[in-house]
Amino acid sequence: MLQIRWHSRAGQGAVTGAKALADVMARTGKYVQAYSVYGAEKRGAPMSAYDKIDDKPILDHSKWMKPDYVLVIDPSLVFQEEIADNTNDDTIFIVTTHMDKDDLLNIAKHLQGKKVYTIDAIKISQEEIGRAIPNTPMLGAFVKISEIIDFDEFLTSIEDILSKFPQKIIEGNLRAIKRAAQEVK
Amino acid sequence: MAEKYQLKSKEVWDGNMAASHALRQAQVDVVAAYPITPSTPIVQNYAQFLADGYIDGEFVMVESEHSAMSACVGAAAAGGRVATATSSQGYALMVEVLYQASGMRLPIVMTVVNRALASPLNIHGDHGDLYLGRDAGWIHLIANNPQEAYDITLCAFKIAEDQRVRLPVTTNQDGFLVSHTAQVVEPLQDEDAYKFIGEYKSLNPMLDTKNPQTYGAQTEEEWHFEFKATQHKALMESTSVIDEVFAAYEKLTGRRYSRVETYKLEDAEIALVLMGSAYETAMVAVDKAREEGIKVGLLMPRTFRPFPYNEVAEKLKNIKAIAALDRSAPMGAMGALFNEVSGALLANGQSAIMTNYIYGLGGRDTTAEHILEVIKETDKNKEAKKRVTDLQGFINLRGPKLSFN
Repeated sequence: MLQIRWHSRAGQGAVTGAKALADVMARTGKYVQAYSVYGAEKRGAPMSAYDKIDDKPILDHSKWMKPDYVLVIDPSLVFQEEIADNTNDDTIFIVTTHMDKDDLLNIAKHLQGKKVYTIDAIKISQEEIGRAIPNTPMLGAFVKISEIIDFDEFLTSIEDILSKFPQKIIEGNLRAIKRAAQEVK
Repeated sequence: MAEKYQLKSKEVWDGNMAASHALRQAQVDVVAAYPITPSTPIVQNYAQFLADGYIDGEFVMVESEHSAMSACVGAAAAGGRVATATSSQGYALMVEVLYQASGMRLPIVMTVVNRALASPLNIHGDHGDLYLGRDAGWIHLIANNPQEAYDITLCAFKIAEDQRVRLPVTTNQDGFLVSHTAQVVEPLQDEDAYKFIGEYKSLNPMLDTKNPQTYGAQTEEEWHFEFKATQHKALMESTSVIDEVFAAYEKLTGRRYSRVETYKLEDAEIALVLMGSAYETAMVAVDKAREEGIKVGLLMPRTFRPFPYNEVAEKLKNIKAIAALDRSAPMGAMGALFNEVSGALLANGQSAIMTNYIYGLGGRDTTAEHILEVIKETDKNKEAKKRVTDLQGFINLRGPKLSFN
């Protein structure tokens, strides 16, 4: 089972992102679970969202997981040590930051020795979509790094999932996803 | 005429979305609701479906849950198909009217997203609200995942409205663990779902002014007992209709539901009894325990009411040690499942070493590892041929170990 944990602030779209990824993978015949953990907090509070993806039905309804991937879509949460909870040496971190990786790791010591990729998902979403909703660019970076699904197939599914939105929003998201896939490093 | 909703053969829905599509497909005449976390999206989605033209019925926003259930009672007595949704404090505020609805034999369907009761305030899942409604005269059905939340809600209408039953039904799903967890759901197309439930058949509708009817009359010592006994009889005898509906649903979808669900119980020596999403988590624990050579199985009453006591006893007849896991604060007693299962065994001349575990209150995480520990403790009782563990334990509780004997 592939396990993915998102770290976000409420309102940044981690739940939507987690559900979109589950939807994409379900279309390939996989079984999925997408859920989030939060209290009664309001927008801006730190929260986490989760994806489980497997070839067989997922029965475990506990919230606890040992993530294979940690996706951090808020640049300030990168500095919280909790993002490394229950991870191991193989866990891959993809984090939103405007900083160089070396500068980042000098401060975020809990990521030293980990497999870390960086992407400025906030900047990309602001420039391509017009709002700081970094979930879709993070998905682009994740699909590029994980190769969990063929990138064009992913784009086709995401375009369909976004089809309820105006054309301008769909195009912005698709641009953001493609750009993130190119810029993640 | 309501628009047909375009559904794929596989959707990725959380339990709330699954329940709201079941309500939409049932073409309910009146939904009266007062949204409350974590069932809010059921009401929100339903209102959206209505605004988008997918629903012909009325949606009544009211000022409280007491009013919501009161409006449901009025609409159901008037002669329409009626449904609502609630959780926790909202459920608590409805309780007075829950008894009215069942006493008047009104087949209302309520999709409940189970959540802890305050105080302290908590928005997360446990079965405090389900247990609060235990004696309210409703049929209580349990769903463990979004697919089941959808399936069981469709079945609920057909059970409630059957003229041999005519009782209100709740469909229960765990707050957040099911209600906010998106999984693959295979829905029926609208026309197939509606055809399965069938047209609503009213009985003694108040809007039939040529045949005046009284609902909720006063009865004192000369008739009250007979009314309540008749109501209880209807609830006890609803089992055959529930079986029929589940069989018809299996024929339509291939998905099989039973009043008593079991997992690997056939050759088991010990068993866990529990309800809700943790039943599925426990399957993972059972598989692990069996790898270690422990012959353990699971049992879940799909119908918490009417409680399937004879079927439970029959399924557990070869089991030597049983742990009943209750997701509700027992407050001065053993948990309800412990009591029901113990009673069911005794009533059938059986016995097993019984223990009770309280888990998951207020959304406390319960993992397969936690359940595996319970399995190992239960196995100790079996090996010792007597109870050597605590009578009532608490799973994943912080602080010093708490237990009662």
